[in-house]
Amino acid sequence: MIEPLLITLLKIVAILALVMLLVLYLILAERKIMGYMQGRVGPNRVGPLGMLQTLADGIKFLHKEIIIPVQSDYLLFMMAPMISLICAFTVWSVVPIALDWVLADIDVGVLFVLALTSLGSYGILLGGWASNSKYAFFGAMRSMAQMISYEIALGFSLVPVLLLAGSMNLTDIVLGQQGGLFCWYFLPLFPVFIVFLIAALAETNRAPFDITEGESEIVAGYQVEYSGFIFAMFFIAEYANMIFVSTMASLFFLGGWLSPVEGVSWFSEVPFSVPPPVWLLLKVFFFLYMFIWVRATFPRYRYDQLMMVGWKVCIPISVIWIVVVSLMVMGGLL
Amino acid sequence: MDSCGIVDGNGRFAMMIYALIAVIIVGLVWFVFARGLVQTVLMTELLRGLLVTQKTTLRRKETIQFPDESLPVSNRFRGLLALRRYPNGEERCIGCKLCEVTCPALAITIETQPRDDGSRRTTRFDIDMFKCINCGLCEQACPVDSIVSTPEMHYVVTSRGQNIMTKDKLLELGTALEPKLALDRQLIHEGEG
Repeated sequence: MIEPLLITLLKIVAILALVMLLVLYLILAERKIMGYMQGRVGPNRVGPLGMLQTLADGIKFLHKEIIIPVQSDYLLFMMAPMISLICAFTVWSVVPIALDWVLADIDVGVLFVLALTSLGSYGILLGGWASNSKYAFFGAMRSMAQMISYEIALGFSLVPVLLLAGSMNLTDIVLGQQGGLFCWYFLPLFPVFIVFLIAALAETNRAPFDITEGESEIVAGYQVEYSGFIFAMFFIAEYANMIFVSTMASLFFLGGWLSPVEGVSWFSEVPFSVPPPVWLLLKVFFFLYMFIWVRATFPRYRYDQLMMVGWKVCIPISVIWIVVVSLMVMGGLL
Repeated sequence: MDSCGIVDGNGRFAMMIYALIAVIIVGLVWFVFARGLVQTVLMTELLRGLLVTQKTTLRRKETIQFPDESLPVSNRFRGLLALRRYPNGEERCIGCKLCEVTCPALAITIETQPRDDGSRRTTRFDIDMFKCINCGLCEQACPVDSIVSTPEMHYVVTSRGQNIMTKDKLLELGTALEPKLALDRQLIHEGEG
């Protein structure tokens, strides 16, 4: 009776440890890559190559006082970062790292993911509202408008994937892409793939869609009143979400843990093979690099431009592609 | 599912249709509308922007790792002030007070008295580094090349009163840096500085 529970707990700990480790080094990697893209070298003082920089920052956050504004709603103020962090961690339960390497193999995985990512935006909304500060409130309002707009594009861009895979189970979606690089869904669904990436950038509040933070306009948006470790919780949640969205992009469009040379006869002669989780990890790193690359390159969208891109570009493209893919699936072309 | 639809016979057909549709749409848009629209749709300008940052990652880094490295300093650099001595150890300053007069920030305070051998020397030579603006006018005014700017730029005071450079401190700094100072003056004089 107790044994399966224990194994599940161990799995949870393993997944969380992996995610935290990735977050730790994603933050460092972002600072390093951004530095390189700006002709700097990035952090390199703490530990060899700055490897302990994020850890040092984390310890610093732990030491800092948590300042709670007098006018704030204490309960919601403290709950907001927890909601963000819990949602950011919970979604990992349905992520298949390899075949059968999944904590909860549920048949509505996609819905679960969409539901929890939407729930995560409550953290931002409540955080901004409970702070009782005008910039935090502006940030929360912007965040809500953005989240709602891009959630539609995100959801719509996943519909063609579901049509092709014929399933909402994440493992089944990956298995539907078997057969090497040219069988992955990013090829027939290329416009939707791009829409998904753009919507993913907006959903995680990353540049160039980071108007919720907008440090040059509204200081830090919803985070402005947060300090110490509750700020670090928002921070960790943001980066965990980034990794999660990258993982989703790999699972939906780049064949998850499948090898790109699957089925190619020449490569089946090669005596060694890359383990499936490593393929997934490589794909995730590719998307994370894209995220950082885009952040280092593009300036922030203005609010109305952001709305225009969301409603007039992303949503129409994904809707048209839903129709096209549906017709092709009906006609037996795909 | 052992093979997806795209690579088998039916799928290849689908791919061709895709390519054809894409080419027709892009071509039509190109002819009917403007070139700019195609650029927007294909995001060519965004891609070019991404290429710029990607190229920068491979470029030489501009960072100077400060405590370990520092920028080259000109030998005319105007840093901390110092008082020089002659090679025989005699202090150069004759207490003419030209530097005190010329100092635009009134940072220099000098008191003089005849020494035992009858020569005129300073008894007090204070420079307030809070007032000093490192303009170098005192150096220009000095007829005996006594007060000079040094390349020393990293200095800090931790308590009140340390901002006053007394005569002893100025002479000490000048003595310590004398080889460098002498060489710099020589180079400047020869027009190579």
